[in-house]
Amino acid sequence: MGLNYRELGLRVGLEIHRQLDTRTKLFCDCPTEPRTTGRTVEFVRRLREAQSELGEVDPAARFEMRRARTIVYRADLGSVCLVEMDEEPPHELNREALRIALTFAAMVGARPVDEIQVMRKIVIDGSNTTGFQRTCIVAVGGSVRVGSKVVPIQTITLEEDAARLIEQRDGQVVYDLSRLGIPLIEVSTAPVIEDPREAYEVALAIGRLLRATGKVKRGIGTVRQDLNVSIAGSGLVEVKGVQELEDLPRVIEYEVRRLLHLERVRSELRSRGVRAESVSSEKVRDLTHVFSSSRSRLVSNALSKGWRVMGVRLPGFAGLLGGGDVRLGRELSEYARAWGGVEGILHSDELPGYGITQEEVAAVRRELSCGEGDAFVLVLGPERRCLDALGAVIERASLAVEVIPDETRAARPDGTTSYLRPRPGSARMYPETDVPFVRVSRDLLEEVMRSLPRPLEERAEELMRTYGLSRQLAWELIDGEVVEEFLSLVQTGVAPSFIASLLTEVMKDLRRQGVPVENVGVGAVRRYLELVAQGRTAKESARDVLAYLAGHPGSTVEEALKALGLEAPPLDEVERVVDELVREVLPRLSGRDPFGPIMGELMKRYRGRVDGAVLSRVLRERLARAGTSGGSA
Amino acid sequence: MAPSGYRGRLREVLEGIGAEEGDELEVVTPDGQTFVGYLIARPEYADEDVITIKLRNGYNVGIAFTEGTVIRRLAAGRAPAFRRGEIPPQDPSLPRVALLGTGGTIASRVDYRTGAVRPAMTTEDLVSVIREVLELARIDAEVVLSLYSENMTPRDWSLIAERAHQRLVDGYDGIVIAHGTDTMHYTAAALSFVLQRPPVPVVLVGAQRSSDRPSSDAATNLMGALTVAARSSFAEVCVAMHHWHSDDEIAVHRGTRVVKLHTSSRDAFRSVNAGPIALVREGRIEVLAEGLNPRGSEDYRYEPGFDERAYLLKFWPGMRPSVLEHLASEGVRGFVLEGTGLGHVASSWIPVIRRLVRDGVFFGMCSQCRFGRVNMNVYDNGRDLQAAGVTPLDDMLPEVALVKLMWVLHRAHDLEEIRRLMLTRIAGEIGDRSEPVRLRP
Ligand SMILES: [Zn+2]
Repeated sequence: MGLNYRELGLRVGLEIHRQLDTRTKLFCDCPTEPRTTGRTVEFVRRLREAQSELGEVDPAARFEMRRARTIVYRADLGSVCLVEMDEEPPHELNREALRIALTFAAMVGARPVDEIQVMRKIVIDGSNTTGFQRTCIVAVGGSVRVGSKVVPIQTITLEEDAARLIEQRDGQVVYDLSRLGIPLIEVSTAPVIEDPREAYEVALAIGRLLRATGKVKRGIGTVRQDLNVSIAGSGLVEVKGVQELEDLPRVIEYEVRRLLHLERVRSELRSRGVRAESVSSEKVRDLTHVFSSSRSRLVSNALSKGWRVMGVRLPGFAGLLGGGDVRLGRELSEYARAWGGVEGILHSDELPGYGITQEEVAAVRRELSCGEGDAFVLVLGPERRCLDALGAVIERASLAVEVIPDETRAARPDGTTSYLRPRPGSARMYPETDVPFVRVSRDLLEEVMRSLPRPLEERAEELMRTYGLSRQLAWELIDGEVVEEFLSLVQTGVAPSFIASLLTEVMKDLRRQGVPVENVGVGAVRRYLELVAQGRTAKESARDVLAYLAGHPGSTVEEALKALGLEAPPLDEVERVVDELVREVLPRLSGRDPFGPIMGELMKRYRGRVDGAVLSRVLRERLARAGTSGGSA
Repeated sequence: MAPSGYRGRLREVLEGIGAEEGDELEVVTPDGQTFVGYLIARPEYADEDVITIKLRNGYNVGIAFTEGTVIRRLAAGRAPAFRRGEIPPQDPSLPRVALLGTGGTIASRVDYRTGAVRPAMTTEDLVSVIREVLELARIDAEVVLSLYSENMTPRDWSLIAERAHQRLVDGYDGIVIAHGTDTMHYTAAALSFVLQRPPVPVVLVGAQRSSDRPSSDAATNLMGALTVAARSSFAEVCVAMHHWHSDDEIAVHRGTRVVKLHTSSRDAFRSVNAGPIALVREGRIEVLAEGLNPRGSEDYRYEPGFDERAYLLKFWPGMRPSVLEHLASEGVRGFVLEGTGLGHVASSWIPVIRRLVRDGVFFGMCSQCRFGRVNMNVYDNGRDLQAAGVTPLDDMLPEVALVKLMWVLHRAHDLEEIRRLMLTRIAGEIGDRSEPVRLRP
């Protein structure tokens, strides 16, 4: 879709989070690499926010308190101690992590603060046992250059990673604590990014600098990108948790389309004369009796559990709830889910449907006194949840008349986003009094400056020079974070550029096709390359073999080759076949160069099993013996 | 006035521009970096040449104040104004509970702007912060003391006991005492001897995580304590705190059986040489002990008074007995010895002890083993100590024995009377049966 992002006033800021590869966690001496001992504890907590002196409870905190969930924590004592359990005060700030953050700060020309003060940032969704995340600014300012553009960096912070969400059920949420407290560096850019593609490039540039420190963790879950997005006239939307760099442009495009759609809905509502007050004064009604003999399976299942059907009128909203992948109905549904814990909503733009008949729709419209221009929303659930859900629907619908609200949204794997919670207020931080201040001394800064890492450009040049790789392949190895694997695999003697493309392009391709390539260990790849080097299979089999191994964890490479019929036949068999072909084909060619046609035939037979170079060597030998030149085709 | 924690040259500069806590400042460093934010107080012992600024994004940073640093005051700060929400009326059908504050901040409010934490100790403050308490009881809160518990003395125990006694006489259905945790078990023991067989429960409660944190155990402990105060079938002086790391179970310990066994964990308070007397789960009380003083008991006795001339002394290998003589010369009237094993000290101590006993000084023996009962009949050393006049104190906890000795010294004047009272069971401080400490390894 050809949106003119500059005209729309798109402004994006990035927050790049990356786990640091330190020996211990940020505020305790547990290892950052998870250890499993089988000595486990599971305990239950509740979080509540202390009221602030201003008498205000933070909107994000109020949201969580209304949900009043029980939080279950699981911990293996191999990587969790009393600090993560919030049963012991934090130890001092990890100096190794601090040194890494200062190194990055030096690389982007940021200015370290003179004294680091750790803060508590209120987060009461349970992802931190304390109810806050410990975080501190290490440096401010600096910039990264992307092409001709200079993107200012606002802050470089160190913070604790959160606990990992395991499951979420009715009124209960389960977290594992092993990740809690791993040091994260967070790099925040100014909101100066003006189109989706640029966001990718900026994130890539920051990621490369972080990797150049040599002290960041690699692999799934070690990187997370958050975005703040706005267009002219919209509120500020924070999108949390984009995992893949490549997804950034897609997520931003989606957000822009969503904001534009909400803007269109808003102006349409205004032109219809809908007022926010009239929406928020709408009353929720119990409509269970309308559906007492409903044939809709959705409805009858709900009623058999003793649930209610409740509804509310949205005056003037007819026709504005449905639409494509961005639609107001989806927004309302997300609010209902988040605040009421219901599974979703049904709205008048999609009914009749779901087995609900025209007559039932008419009855609902009568009960709710819906006029022609009015829409309605139904929810199914226990009474309390229905009321909470529809209360949230009313709130969201009345907002739709006036503003595009500030929100925190979650990035989903499909490139869309969904409502998470209101945006937290700015006043949700207070000092972590248990951790002493850290003076950033001149000695420490000088030590950091003396040991600045080599830039990745040098690394790329070196890979190109030593292994004859193209610039693109060298960078793909670096960006794919597989340089170490590459260096260990080139020792098999197989062509470096083949190994590089195997680790990058082939893997990426398979992943895109949904092949679980994470199941293929580097050991299996090494074994495969050894067999290629010994001529026991051909390079062309790579894709099939990797896909097989991914789909059959535990299989050996030899088993994969056998199962796929990609084992090379013994050389004498190949020679025999070549002899036969030469005998058969030579007479029919009447003097033309026989190499091309015979080679074609051989490839047909042996593709993926015997290396083309081997076939061509054998063929040349035999042709020479048969007195033919074996041309230069 | 410059905020607290600023000293020397920096303080002069701040006062020169009239900067007060919360004012918006601009700080320009000699290398040209500008920081804009609110002026924040600093801890007393922090570096003198650093100014703390709260940036607009909420983060605090410290900026060195050196030659060439320029500080400008941009705007005055807003004074924090705590607005309490509407407080619903208390339900007159609920039990009436007196809440006595002694300085443990069971509830508090945070000023997120400066980070200051203020206790919420009036009834209204408390209710506005922990609204659920209104579902359990009608609450009258009162501040008796405002002390960190390490600063408490036996005089403070007496003051707390007197206020509790008055509330008992006033006919409250229960009493909750919010207390700092460090010495809560001493106060619990003291109240156990002064408020004997009370008509309603007297429950001490504290928090291991301060109440300005979302994860504080203050609210759950307080709810547990209020549940016991308002509704328990027993009327004991007891301590209500987390049973384990989970928030869903509060253990109730007898005031003479409980000690703080962990520096920081929520389940720091444990009953030793006995189990907890009850558990509170999801608002329900499960009574575990037998023979408890019942609610409504009519033989309540108020027995105030402590004589502080008692001494708790932990024996260690090589410790010289001259310390006893020195302390006695300072006026100590009685010792609780934390001996080794079944109740021993070095044989070299025996002549010194014998001499002091002859002068009328009391010696009681507890064990530093923490678990188990002393028995001074098994080894020669124990028999020799008894012959020298040391009284074995059975399975009494050393801290409890100390408090009891202070209470006894106030009312007994000769050694025989002191010995007799020390071995008289007053408030469940001595038990007959010892059960295994752990049911499985
Ligand atoms: Zn730890």
